[in-house]
Amino acid sequence: MPMREGIYGLIAEFDTPTELVQAAKAAYASGYRRMDCYTPYPLEEAAEAIGFDEPTEKGVARVCLIGGLIGGCAMFGLETWVSIWAYPLNIAGRPMFSWPAFIVPAYEWTILFAGLSAAFGMLALNRLPAPYHPVFNAPNFRDGATTDKFFLCLEAADPKFSVSESRAFLESFRPVSVVEVDH
Amino acid sequence: MATNDVSPQDPVTNPGKNRMIDPKTGELRVLAPGQTFRSVTEKIARIVLTSHTPLGWLFGLVMAGGLVAMMLTAVMWLFLKGTGIWAITMPVAWGFAIVNFVWWIGIGHAGTLISAILLLFKQGWRNSINRFAEAMTLFAVVCAGMFPIIHTGRPWLAIYWLFPYPNTMNVWPQFRSPLMWDVFAVSTYATISVVFWYVGLIPDLGTMRDQAKSKFAKYIYGQMSLGWRGSARHWMRYESASLLLAGLATPLVLSVHTVISFDFAVAVLPGWHTTIFPPYFVAGAIYSGFAMVLTLAIPIRKFYGLEDIITMRHLDNMAKVMLATGLIVAYGYGMEVVMAWYSASHWEYFMFWNRMFGPMGWAYWVLITCNIVTPLTTLWSRRLRQNVTYLFLIALVVNTGMWFERFVIVVTSLYRDFLPSSWGTYRATKWDYMTYVGTLGLFTFLFFLFIRLLPMIPMSEIRMMLPQAKVKHEAELQTEAGD
Repeated sequence: MPMREGIYGLIAEFDTPTELVQAAKAAYASGYRRMDCYTPYPLEEAAEAIGFDEPTEKGVARVCLIGGLIGGCAMFGLETWVSIWAYPLNIAGRPMFSWPAFIVPAYEWTILFAGLSAAFGMLALNRLPAPYHPVFNAPNFRDGATTDKFFLCLEAADPKFSVSESRAFLESFRPVSVVEVDH
Repeated sequence: MATNDVSPQDPVTNPGKNRMIDPKTGELRVLAPGQTFRSVTEKIARIVLTSHTPLGWLFGLVMAGGLVAMMLTAVMWLFLKGTGIWAITMPVAWGFAIVNFVWWIGIGHAGTLISAILLLFKQGWRNSINRFAEAMTLFAVVCAGMFPIIHTGRPWLAIYWLFPYPNTMNVWPQFRSPLMWDVFAVSTYATISVVFWYVGLIPDLGTMRDQAKSKFAKYIYGQMSLGWRGSARHWMRYESASLLLAGLATPLVLSVHTVISFDFAVAVLPGWHTTIFPPYFVAGAIYSGFAMVLTLAIPIRKFYGLEDIITMRHLDNMAKVMLATGLIVAYGYGMEVVMAWYSASHWEYFMFWNRMFGPMGWAYWVLITCNIVTPLTTLWSRRLRQNVTYLFLIALVVNTGMWFERFVIVVTSLYRDFLPSSWGTYRATKWDYMTYVGTLGLFTFLFFLFIRLLPMIPMSEIRMMLPQAKVKHEAELQTEAGD
């Protein structure tokens, strides 16, 4: 892979969720778009502050719905095909198309496929698994982001980004530290 | 809540207890006060990441391993000799295998209830116990799933035809049979439980990766965490996936024991052919499951000093859930008797009389004592609900009672059928007992491995519950500055 030029971005470390959300809101308001917050637990306000709204996006929900429908229809179709055409069994003259009995496996497969789609859909939309990511290069990231620190990363890909100005901007929120993140 | 009137303890003589009561509401706290993000993380991660393996843990693992060896012996003998080594014969053709299957699956249900249904109801207290309750579900399903497979005696000859695939014989399964429904219900339940559990683990595996000191642990947890980095966008999708999985697991868990009860209810046998079975099986499953969660949680919190995270509030709440589901189960037992009388069916009536007062009536009365009389008269008492030793004992009693419930349903409905000439009895063999006790060992063995290798309490969810996790709004910040 060719080496990318420059840095990935600047990452500011905060002690509390409140400081992080304030900084993220201000960054969004002053025109930054390519940025992300890193928190040790789900923090809805942080996602809102950087302009990401999952309930509106509904990505995972959509994948889950489609998966569920496919699973349910596939099983019901299989049962119908098996019972009527592939291997008809006449048991005490009961109808071949005994749909009430077919509902149980179709119901289970709806849940199976919907659940698998939700889980794998979430991973795919998040671009996970991703064993490597530039933010891991920040020396203070590893011990903080998954434990007790709150990070805001302004990415260099943002048109508004400039190392000196963005650094001054982040430092105005009095973070614990601001460090450059290498690719 | 009934803890309102807990008498204010003298903080000098009893600081521990007083600390756990919220002065604002007078209720028991869900988490002990004064904990930080780092302190809870370290407390939970340390149990796994320490290089010191407690002797007690090793002892437990070896004991459980011994039982697993016994189970493997019994299963190997079964495969060599066939199901003739078990006590099943006419008229009791369903014996320990189905009893244990239903019992284990039922135990699993509490894990899903805690992780899914209580999440939908926003019951924050579930966070401390959901991870290991879910692990309990998985291991219970492993034990349960074993029985239908081994009860065929020759699993390699007798399981594949349950799956619908184009085989060389051109034979397809019969989808109108509850046995087929079972295959799909249980396999879906196992798969979704694994997925839900693993999705819940991902952020914590990220924490483990970052907390680990050894290179090997860093690598393994790093791979398992899939590169989780706690991005705000990821968290939001993660939360919606968790919520969807919870929403899907809820109808699933209710359907699984319902489908299992169909195995009985669809048959036209007195004692089985009854419409109350689905709801009463589900309630019984949750009842026994919560008993098993208590059986595991009480020794673990003591052994690992987790009383600040798995608090009295949790134990008290679980005891209340047991009380509620126990009452539903009691209603089920009552209704069975009423229907046997009200149906005016001679066979129903006789079956019930025989179940209560026949040669195996003792099993019925053990079940009534363990499931109804002991727990449902005492769990009303707050003092007893908050007595850890008593709760542990009552959990063991309920586990026993629920096993007897399955035994009574299976055996006493079968052993004296319509023709007195075909009456028989049932007496389990040593192989039956070895297999059953062996699965208890397998369950414990897997559980011991789990608490040593993975964080048994979801760290990210505990952090979320700490008071400092909330974002303060402008107004709050201003009042603070004013102070």
